[in-house]
Amino acid sequence: MELVFFSIFSSLAIVSAMLVIIKKNVIHSALFLILSFCSVASLYVLLDAELLAAVQILVYAGAIMVLYIFAILLINIERERIIAHVHSQSKLALGVGVLLLIEIVFIISNAVYSKPLGTNATIVQEGAKMGNTELIASVLYTKFLLPFEVVAVLLLAAMIGTIFLAKKDIK
Amino acid sequence: MVPLSYYLTVGAVIFIIGVVGVLTRKNAIIILMSIELMLNAVNITLVAFSHYLQDLTGQIFSIFIITVAAGEAAIGLAIIIAIYRAKATINVDEVNLMKW
Repeated sequence: MELVFFSIFSSLAIVSAMLVIIKKNVIHSALFLILSFCSVASLYVLLDAELLAAVQILVYAGAIMVLYIFAILLINIERERIIAHVHSQSKLALGVGVLLLIEIVFIISNAVYSKPLGTNATIVQEGAKMGNTELIASVLYTKFLLPFEVVAVLLLAAMIGTIFLAKKDIK
Repeated sequence: MVPLSYYLTVGAVIFIIGVVGVLTRKNAIIILMSIELMLNAVNITLVAFSHYLQDLTGQIFSIFIITVAAGEAAIGLAIIIAIYRAKATINVDEVNLMKW
């Protein structure tokens, strides 16, 4: 049963990802990207990562894609200006991509996986009878406090940079 | 129980789709969207490993990757808007002042 859900959501994610890079209309690409993010969030639920699924839908599909759609709105491209929407080297890029994919799938299917328990002193998820959010919180604010604060400063820097780059010059 | 290699293959396919999108399209916004696809594929791989090794570090790393992707998308779009104001185009082939 889990395999049925996995195949539905993973094929939906892959097909919508392919349609993102194929479609000529930018808004269609953005909408298919939203569909891809939502199917990836469903894959996270299958992997017992409920907080990450909620964060994915809230942040990726809810905030980042809205930002993209506003930017597309502001840019206001006319469709005739883009004559050919792919490069002339698209066949070479596709060939290299297929080659890389074959190599990666070969490596993945020939790997030998053992299943060691967490040797890293991070909390083992099965034994701790808390929900996924509580577990992440218990680790994020104690063991990973420094990356948490650094990411907060990074977001501040990104916000300042974005406002400065995108504002009009007031003469 | 879905084997781990199935999730890794899905992550790899989405990553390659993102790579081909970056190398192929001319519209700068689609290039940024393909970069988001690549980051998403890495997130799938990390969460799959976190589930199969019963270790939460993968999910914490994924949260940080989502955060960094948000900041990078904002700055990338601001740069595209600035380029559009200067040259009235977002075709990456036409931003070639430094080409020799």
